[in-house]
Amino acid sequence: MMKGIKKWRLFSLLTALMVILSGCGEKHLSTLNPAGQVGRDQLDLMLLSTGIMVLVIIVVLIVYVLAIVKFRRSKVGEDVIPKQVEGSHKLELIWTVVPIILLLILAVPTVVKTFDFADVSGMETVNEEGNKTAVTVNVEANLYWWEFEYPDLGIVTSQELVVPTQEKVYFNLIAADVKHSFWIPAAGGKMDTNVDNLNQFYLTFDDASDGLEEGVFYGKCAELCGPSHALMDFKVKSLDRDDFDAWVVKMQDSGAEQAVEGDVAQQGQDIFNKSCITCHAVSGAGTAGSVGPNLATFGDRNRVAGFMDHTEEDIKKWISNPKEYKPGNLMPQPEAINNGKKFTDQELTALTEYLMGLSVED
Amino acid sequence: MSSIAQKKGFGATLWDYLTTVDHKKIAILYLITGGLFFVIGGIEAMVIRIQLAQPDSDFVSAGLFNQMITMHGTTMIFLAAMPLLLGFMNAVMPLQIGARDVAFPFLNSLGFWLFFFGGIFLNLSWFMGGAPDAGWTSYASLALASPGHGIDFYTLGLLISGFGTLIGGINFLVTIINMRAPGMTYMRMPLFTWTTFVASALILFAFPPLTVGMVFMMVDRMFDGNFFDHTMGGNTIIWEHLFWIFGHPEVYILILPAFGIFSEIFATFSRKRLFGYSAMVFATVLIGFLGFMVWAHHMFTVGLGPTANAIFSVATMAIAVPTGVKIFNWLLTIWGGSIKFTVAMIYAVAFIPTFTAGGVTGIMLASAPLDYQLHDSYFVVAHFHYVIVGGVVLGLLAGLHYYWPLMFNTMLSEALGKWTFWLFFIGFHLTFFIQHFLGLLGMPRRVFTFGANQGWDLYNLISSIGAIGMALGVAVLVVNIIRTIVKNEKVGRDPWGDGRTLEWAVPQPVPFYNFKQTPLVRGLDTFWIEKQEGNKEGMTYAEPVGDIHMPNNSFIPVVISFGLFVAAFGALYNGEQPWAVPVLILGLVITFGAMIVRSLKDDHGYHVHKEDLMDEKGGKH
Amino acid sequence: MDLNTKYTPQSWPDHPENTTLEGKNKFTGFWLFLGGETVTFASLFATYLALKNKGPSGMEFTTQDLFELPLVFIMTMLLLTSSLTSVYAMYHMKNYNFKAMQAWLMVTVILGLAFLGFEIYEFNHYVHLGFTFGQSAFSSAFFILVGTHGAHVVVGLGWIILLMVRNAKRGLNLYNAPKFYLASLYWHFIDVVWVFIFTVVYLMGVVG
Repeated sequence: MMKGIKKWRLFSLLTALMVILSGCGEKHLSTLNPAGQVGRDQLDLMLLSTGIMVLVIIVVLIVYVLAIVKFRRSKVGEDVIPKQVEGSHKLELIWTVVPIILLLILAVPTVVKTFDFADVSGMETVNEEGNKTAVTVNVEANLYWWEFEYPDLGIVTSQELVVPTQEKVYFNLIAADVKHSFWIPAAGGKMDTNVDNLNQFYLTFDDASDGLEEGVFYGKCAELCGPSHALMDFKVKSLDRDDFDAWVVKMQDSGAEQAVEGDVAQQGQDIFNKSCITCHAVSGAGTAGSVGPNLATFGDRNRVAGFMDHTEEDIKKWISNPKEYKPGNLMPQPEAINNGKKFTDQELTALTEYLMGLSVED
Repeated sequence: MSSIAQKKGFGATLWDYLTTVDHKKIAILYLITGGLFFVIGGIEAMVIRIQLAQPDSDFVSAGLFNQMITMHGTTMIFLAAMPLLLGFMNAVMPLQIGARDVAFPFLNSLGFWLFFFGGIFLNLSWFMGGAPDAGWTSYASLALASPGHGIDFYTLGLLISGFGTLIGGINFLVTIINMRAPGMTYMRMPLFTWTTFVASALILFAFPPLTVGMVFMMVDRMFDGNFFDHTMGGNTIIWEHLFWIFGHPEVYILILPAFGIFSEIFATFSRKRLFGYSAMVFATVLIGFLGFMVWAHHMFTVGLGPTANAIFSVATMAIAVPTGVKIFNWLLTIWGGSIKFTVAMIYAVAFIPTFTAGGVTGIMLASAPLDYQLHDSYFVVAHFHYVIVGGVVLGLLAGLHYYWPLMFNTMLSEALGKWTFWLFFIGFHLTFFIQHFLGLLGMPRRVFTFGANQGWDLYNLISSIGAIGMALGVAVLVVNIIRTIVKNEKVGRDPWGDGRTLEWAVPQPVPFYNFKQTPLVRGLDTFWIEKQEGNKEGMTYAEPVGDIHMPNNSFIPVVISFGLFVAAFGALYNGEQPWAVPVLILGLVITFGAMIVRSLKDDHGYHVHKEDLMDEKGGKH
Repeated sequence: MDLNTKYTPQSWPDHPENTTLEGKNKFTGFWLFLGGETVTFASLFATYLALKNKGPSGMEFTTQDLFELPLVFIMTMLLLTSSLTSVYAMYHMKNYNFKAMQAWLMVTVILGLAFLGFEIYEFNHYVHLGFTFGQSAFSSAFFILVGTHGAHVVVGLGWIILLMVRNAKRGLNLYNAPKFYLASLYWHFIDVVWVFIFTVVYLMGVVG
């Protein structure tokens, strides 16, 4: 009987383990599939601590199962008065000292990594010409969208972060309105964007993200920031250094070159210039601090408004009723920017056409 | 006077409970009110899980969802778990140490009514323009930006009920320090009394920072203050510090009394004294002490710098040591005992692996670099539900079954109790175990919805199904309680047969003065000692029968609390309604007027005379 | 034990504040309460230090040009002296000399009122300068810290006056002795907090 139970337990444990190991989640989103050194170090810590903890649980469970099986009243007899044991100094010492040792094993890498991850001195390193060698991104979190400024490169983008691979990418984090938290689960742990002060950290990416299912890593806001906290997603594109440099150049030139093709798109541009341009810039060259997300790379993006499918249909839905799709967000309803009228289908088509054409990629 | 009437009408009973200063009746009030809020918090939890059962759900709107999570957390912590524990402390602790009441019966009543009106005030927000929606932690930048009055209900409600809790804490501390029966030395106190003592000390030192934080939030939102407005030089991180300096000890305020309940249950139903009693006491005190040194582990991602993070990491890990000591001492208590699986004991036994699981994930979170990944993800949600449901709620359910006969002289159905247990226990693990993995798979907490195909759909569905199990378990419990009250079968003294501590030696129903003669305590588990020596009365007495001094009932606590309740409305609508300031003043006049009446009127209480005690009738209510 | 028993100086116990169980409970409870109060003020002090001189960009108020030490020094002396006079009152309470106790409590109250008057003048002065509660984070923190202390002074004075009036005709007994004792203890606590305010807010503000 007992053996049967034990076998069953072992079996179910193994099955559970299988499920867990096979289900490491999506490669672009899971902390169990790290995309770079930071995430890998954190996964290692997770495995180390889990190992130690499973050890503890096994010891507890063995004593526990034996105790509740051996000493049930039905087994020891109804009228038995057990020996009233006071305690044992030896045992107390063991279960004080052994956990301390186990914790020390975890504490050492914890402390080392804490200091490692906080080391952003590489941010300031310059080459012979006095240019910074590392890419630094100023992240500004806004009510439900993200702005990414590359101060040393003179470009700015939003919603889709673009980073080079195989090197430390540094981040300056701040929030524009309320507190948010910047998290790319696959790349590594999060850091809060406070309203009061700048936070700094770095992440690394091993490979270009074009091998991924959708070609991007998923980023999340991890701090409750209002009704649409859940929809405050962003995407991360990692490019090999050469591709990244090429992208930067295109971004720097995008102001002049956003060529409009076709009449429909031209009409869209007119509407855009009338209604939208006060908040949305369409040139990637510039600095942070605009009212709405920069749209220079809109056509290259993976999502509309951070979370809706990147289809013409969804763009139209979004523009015609942003409040419904992202409650609490600050983008005005069409009536507010179009002389009190909704956009007509034709106008929406034109706008969509124009927006889809905003691109710096081929 | 409570000693006279035998059968009372509803009105008289109601008046009796409104004015009572008897710790046993106040315990019942806490139990009813806390139970009610527990059900409300549970309904809010169900709404959350229904919403998250499938991707892109629109069962509730985003704004309403945020109100749900905020009120679920706030209600469960402040209005359910803590009052229920205070209820058990009231019911049991004075009897355990051989006291006729708590040190300040009047304040005991005041503490309850403050909590009551604070809780009602907070929940009225649902009907008055919307509940708070910035999470139970109510981080400052979001809370200040929150429109409507939700956050104002939160600060004012928690201020009022917080004062009640603080008063309760001081009361229990003084009771334990001054009112132990002869022979009840500190190192003979039952573990539940010890944990009550330490938890009360934590309340005393943890609630003031919360109060200060709430006041800051209140003046910032209502009276032109600038504590958290960074454009005016304020700093939102101050709120986080104040909140967590309270918030972390709060976890131990909840879990320590639950530990105490389990310690009593393990010893009783193993028929064996608690293994390593002095180590258990020491561990309790140490946990309480370390509880104040670790608050910043909730803030690893805030950017406090590597030095602070490293220190708080290591300090947090240190707490695992005394907690581990407790786990192993419990295991060794049942080892070699004679285990009877009553429902209370089943809960206690189930608690060990569950809480161990919650504890070890706590260690993982304690490691700052790892916490960067886990923080604010569903992993954290899973962790603290394992600790709070797996520890505190299992403790409350165990305590409910265990102490029910002591409080009501009847017994909850063991059969239905087992149904509740299995439904709740399986439902709980189904709900929360999987959430660890949701966190690891990148799901942030407090999201009102999630997009499909991120690898979270199935896990969320499983989690929601589990929640149904928990709800069914609670429903069965409610049936059980009603059935037991209707059947009203008296069970008498020491119904478990294996009672060890003084509370089980008291005759049933417990006389309103608790002890006709103050007992003499002759060792740890004094009732057990007396029983082993064949003492039928179960007690040795320290004094002859004499007059007993008792406090008078009073309606003033209700008035004082009601005044603050009224004043809170005035503060809430300050600058918005013309009647706001007059109402604020009116409320404060009621409160302070009642306090002045209380201090001007000499209230010396009354005496139960020796003769009445001798003819045995004093035992009736 | 009848709490209204009349005593003589000879039969009056050495520690009237905690001779009865009720008195002892109040005594213990009040000390614990002061422990909680200490944490409250510690939180307020910490916040004040964090927000000291912090305000909107271009704020003109700093501790250096706002505070005037002579005024605050007088206030400190008033409060310190009142603490001393309340010690005298308790000395007479222990000797069962009700009249002398009342007299010294009266002196304490007058000194306390004087302190309060200066504080109101001081706050009023700041408000007239434009340093209002809502002016900056610094002003909020300052007024809440010093104002909470001021509120304690008001409560302490109200409490002592109430006790004096209430017991004027009845004299001392073991029921009200603990109350007098605790009111005086509270007054000392208020005094100690003020010493910290004087040091941390004013002295360190002007000198440091």
